[in-house]
Amino acid sequence: MNILVCIKQVPGTNKVEVDEETGVLKRDGVSSKMNPYDLYAIETALRIREKTGGTITAVTMGPSQAQDVIKEAYMMGVDEGYIFSDRRFAGADVLATSYTLSMGIRAIGEFDLILCGKQTTDGDTGQVGPALAEYLEIPHVIWVKGIEEVDENSITVEQDMADCTAIVRLSYPCLITVDKDIAQPRLPSYKKKLKTRNRPVKIMSFDDFADKNEDNYGLSGSATKVERIFPPDSNDDHIMFEGTGEKLSREIYDILVKNKIV
Amino acid sequence: MLSINHNRCDLCGECIKACPFGALTIKDERVEISAACRMCRICLKKCPNKALLAADGIRKTADKSNWKGVLVFAEHMEGRIHPVTLELIGKANELGAKIDHPVYCIFIGHGITEKARELLNYGVDKIFVYDHEEFACFREDLYSNAFEDCIKKSKPSIVLVGATAVGRSLAPRLSTRFRTGLTADCTVLDVKENSDLIQIRPAFGGNIMAQIVTESSRPQFATVRYKVMEKARFIDNFSEKLTASEISEKIEICRLPGSKMKSKIEILKVMPKEKEVSISDAEIIVAGGRGFKDKKDLEMLEEMASLLGGQTAVTRPLVEAGWAPYTKQIGLSGRTVRPRLIITCGISGAVQFTACMNTSECIIAINNDKNAPIFQAAHYGFIGDLYEILPLLCDEIRKREIRNAV
Ligand SMILES: Cc1cc2nc3c(=O)[nH]c(=O)nc-3n(C[C@H](O)[C@H](O)[C@H](O)COP(=O)(O)OP(=O)(O)OC[C@H]3O[C@@H](n4cnc5c(N)ncnc54)[C@H](O)[C@@H]3O)c2cc1C
Ligand SMILES: Nc1ncnc2c1ncn2[C@@H]1O[C@H](COP(=O)(O)O)[C@@H](O)[C@H]1O
Repeated sequence: MNILVCIKQVPGTNKVEVDEETGVLKRDGVSSKMNPYDLYAIETALRIREKTGGTITAVTMGPSQAQDVIKEAYMMGVDEGYIFSDRRFAGADVLATSYTLSMGIRAIGEFDLILCGKQTTDGDTGQVGPALAEYLEIPHVIWVKGIEEVDENSITVEQDMADCTAIVRLSYPCLITVDKDIAQPRLPSYKKKLKTRNRPVKIMSFDDFADKNEDNYGLSGSATKVERIFPPDSNDDHIMFEGTGEKLSREIYDILVKNKIV
Repeated sequence: MLSINHNRCDLCGECIKACPFGALTIKDERVEISAACRMCRICLKKCPNKALLAADGIRKTADKSNWKGVLVFAEHMEGRIHPVTLELIGKANELGAKIDHPVYCIFIGHGITEKARELLNYGVDKIFVYDHEEFACFREDLYSNAFEDCIKKSKPSIVLVGATAVGRSLAPRLSTRFRTGLTADCTVLDVKENSDLIQIRPAFGGNIMAQIVTESSRPQFATVRYKVMEKARFIDNFSEKLTASEISEKIEICRLPGSKMKSKIEILKVMPKEKEVSISDAEIIVAGGRGFKDKKDLEMLEEMASLLGGQTAVTRPLVEAGWAPYTKQIGLSGRTVRPRLIITCGISGAVQFTACMNTSECIIAINNDKNAPIFQAAHYGFIGDLYEILPLLCDEIRKREIRNAV
């Protein structure tokens, strides 16, 4: 069975602020990590491979340092990894990101099952998975919280639907996005680290893709455009209180009484 | 794509300092741009020599006059209309009125045709109904086909979808099918005269808001969470007064060809979940953040909430630490709340949190850092230690209960 996992590198912290005076974004440090939700996708892929055999390929689109997440995936047990990296991919929204991923995946080969994380902690939309499925013309199920059964032709999953849980069967090829808590991700192992130290991360750029129209990638291929960024609104009429705990708790109490809460 | 005019660049380094993504470096006495560039354009403003250039792509522009209307995806649970639908209709009515576009709904399910009339009472101009036993359960492929059919029929300029499990699955599928833009979890929506939808949401994973537009393609897709927009006004008895022919004009029964009714998804079983009272529906919320030092200290929060007859909620770090279930998380990646009262305790007020609670009627914030951003969102800000204030406040309320009892 050919399994593919889409993973992304995200900022390690989310302390980004707008400098009120200059309007410039300030980001503390540049540490980054694998999108935590994608660890669940990798773990799910590893458990499926234990049952069915086959290979797991991990792919990511991003700057060259995003290779680190592929290395990390190797240390968890992933067989092969690709990074799609090119300046022409920069500034991509959901449409362009999923398109680039779809072009890269098509260039690698055919896959039975594609796994994505439920969402990222920086983009946070959870849209890339379904959009990618649309480009690849395969069905998808989101928010999978359990795998019931896998066989040669299909996978049966448990889907979280807010007010109900559904047991759903999909035949391959298909895409699922997995929720946190589906299975505790294993830690990268030192033994695997040694073993995979020299395993290369294959790099693919624009030139390796079949569609050679630059306008379909990155900012040019994006349908949405950020017109402006600004600090969040603040509430104009706020009253501040300071003092001892006794004073403050009394004042809160008075507000609760005034608002007929107590 | 971003480019540099090296003749103009004097290597002053201002752009490198300004770049929040570390995408610019100096190599061999030239500024280089890496794939980390996110085209935020901040460097452009900072460059004193105007050496940087951002070239927008040449996307083919849709003829906007061909796309008219605001289409709302009407979500329901076995015929019960999801409240987010009414909130989206409320917004659609407002946007439609501004640019003189009609408001449409798409309603997909089994045995729902009668129910569609109910939506007319909220000011919807026309409803496209896809009623078939194959639509009984949500299946992404069949629902997408129906949605696609409806968009081709109605050619709306704007499509609004609730950010629910179903909406999040469908919206990206459809926006991609039409090769157009989708903005998730919008907190503010407005529209320009030229029908461009102004979409505002927190972005770049930081404490900033972004205004996003889909300026060259149509339709423009946006998802919105439950409890973010105002519900549409209910027009009493509106649909009852309509004649049969008026009804048949307003409710269009649609069918898909057989080829579009074949699904690759098989629903084997649907199990109802135990109904829990969602924090989204709570009238009173006492919320805790990382100001709490230990999981067991959250008992103070529980006690406060039960004294006030409300519910507890938390910020994301507490959910990540396993101190509270995900269903208790307020925020962009949790739930949106709009209670009568919310008391935040030890919460800093990151935009991903405040964006999903700042329409609450009364916000009381307790934080020992006078510079915490939560105070910008609060109506009443208390600079103090929650470990002192909460127990005293609980005592005070309990005393009153005793007084009232005698
Ligand atoms: C894409 C994305 C999505 C996100 N989604 C969410 C989301 O849905 N929900 C969410 O909550 N966050 C979300 N976040 C995270 C968010 O940015 C913040 O990191 C988070 O809200 C901070 O939680 P906090 O206020 O509890 O912790 P902190 O920021 O650590 O704040 C703790 C506060 O407690 C105060 N404090 C400490 N001790 C005391 C005391 N004894 N008495 C009183 N005050 C005290 C401190 O002064 C501080 O202000 C998201 C981030 C990203 C990037
Ligand atoms: N740049 C990327 N490279 C690889 N996978 C991605 C990328 N962006 C998003 N994904 C996948 O899509 C999922 C949802 O991302 P998002 O829509 O950004 O919340 C992630 O958990 C990944 O599995």
